[in-house]
Amino acid sequence: MSIKGKAYIAGAFEHPTRKAPDKSVAQLHAEVALGALADAGLSKDDVDGYFCAGDAPGTGPLSMLEYMNLKVRHVDSTNIGGSSYIAHVAHAAQAIALGKCNVALITLAGRPRSDGSSTGAAPRRDNPEQPDFLWESLFGMETLNAYAMCAMRHMYEFGTTSEQLAWIKVAASHHAQHNPNAMLRNLVTVDEVLASPVIADPLHRLDSCVVSDGGGALIVTKPEIARSLKRPLVKVMGAGEAVKHQSGGQVDLTYSAAVRSGAIAFEEAGVRPADIKYVSLYDSFTITVLVQLEDLGFCRKGEGGRFVADGNLISGQGRLPFNTDGGGLCNNHPVHRGGMTKVIEAVRQLRGEAHPAVQVPNCDVALAHGTGGLISMRHGGATLIMERE
Amino acid sequence: MSTDAVTALALHNPETNAFWAGLIEGRFLVRRCEDCGEAHWYPRAICPFCSSSRTGWQEASGRGVIYSYSIMRRAKVPYAIAFVSLAEGPTMMTNIVDCDFEALAIGQPVKLAIRRREDGLALPMFTPA
Ligand SMILES: [Zn+2]
Repeated sequence: MSIKGKAYIAGAFEHPTRKAPDKSVAQLHAEVALGALADAGLSKDDVDGYFCAGDAPGTGPLSMLEYMNLKVRHVDSTNIGGSSYIAHVAHAAQAIALGKCNVALITLAGRPRSDGSSTGAAPRRDNPEQPDFLWESLFGMETLNAYAMCAMRHMYEFGTTSEQLAWIKVAASHHAQHNPNAMLRNLVTVDEVLASPVIADPLHRLDSCVVSDGGGALIVTKPEIARSLKRPLVKVMGAGEAVKHQSGGQVDLTYSAAVRSGAIAFEEAGVRPADIKYVSLYDSFTITVLVQLEDLGFCRKGEGGRFVADGNLISGQGRLPFNTDGGGLCNNHPVHRGGMTKVIEAVRQLRGEAHPAVQVPNCDVALAHGTGGLISMRHGGATLIMERE
Repeated sequence: MSTDAVTALALHNPETNAFWAGLIEGRFLVRRCEDCGEAHWYPRAICPFCSSSRTGWQEASGRGVIYSYSIMRRAKVPYAIAFVSLAEGPTMMTNIVDCDFEALAIGQPVKLAIRRREDGLALPMFTPA
């Protein structure tokens, strides 16, 4: 059994806020939920499935269902970091295909910026009970240097350069200049990225994503309901998920979980990388984008540096437009969890509702991929392929 | 967590306290499986490769090479974090100490340099060999 064609993304909403000191986390979740429902043309009473991850306050869906006063018959709180929401779309499609729910709501929201997290890397919230805790925290591992070691190894094995990584940030900034909500709207050059301070070799400050408050929500529904609504039809074609870790000490930093999740998603969707007109890629750091491009098959392993150079990711210029909202590098990285906004911008592209300056012409097939957790250590990969019908 | 709490965690975890107790006495231990023969990291009671419970501690050579590293320059006192591939097989996260940060390189041989904290806990770090 496959989810191909069994569900549609009927509603998508990105909270416009980037700093919300006057709102609670639960309130932000409810605001994005209502935004996505309004976008779909549905009401809260239509929701019979709810999906959330570790950013939702309380124990899984319990507190948020009570807060929003929703009565559902299907819940899922799969938590694989920032990739959770991409997996949630697939899980919602599975539940819909099995008749477990008809209208699934997925929410993400939070306010790390208002709560004092100001650096361009997610804070680590380790639980001392997790078995890896002592073996990493005692050595000063943070999100930043965990990704930096991945970049260092990629440079060593494949000759990838800081200039090539910088092109990823340059492309994101080209897109962000057209997004009035983006945190960083100024166009940057390769030289400006390289001139920003090295914060953890080989990564510069401008290789890192922003920290923002906000969130987003999605509505996934069955074909009959999607066709009854007034929105363009965005069909779920295929999805894959995988978890990569350190394999008992057999560490290999050159690839991510996207190798497996991407292959599963492409097979289910029945398309190839060459068919993808637009990609949303997790961009916690520039290196994250580069590794995912290789792992998903957009270029061969080791050739990501050459692939991203010279504006190849810029909409209207390059072969593979990516993160046309400015992504986590420039626009928004709510709660340090970028998977939600990745799906939302892919939906905009497929609907033809992206900013005209970055809209991909005839965008009929798009892919969103998330890497949640730490690419050097434990992380979840979730890939979703969607088609405009 | 306070350093005392982390030390208590290390010394009272029934699965791995022998590692930390050994390091305080100057012995660097790895966990090896008596059935499949493989050493693994981080240490576990159950072999992550063959699922055998017949695993035991073995004193390691303290030799390895840098698999990857990064200098954390944003920290108040910059430090080098690294993955070191041990001569015994597994690759572990650690710090490289007593070194010129600018001279570090992937593939560089390193040797064990035990660092003792004020609260008595000892950490397995490495320095260029
Ligand atoms: Zn074994």
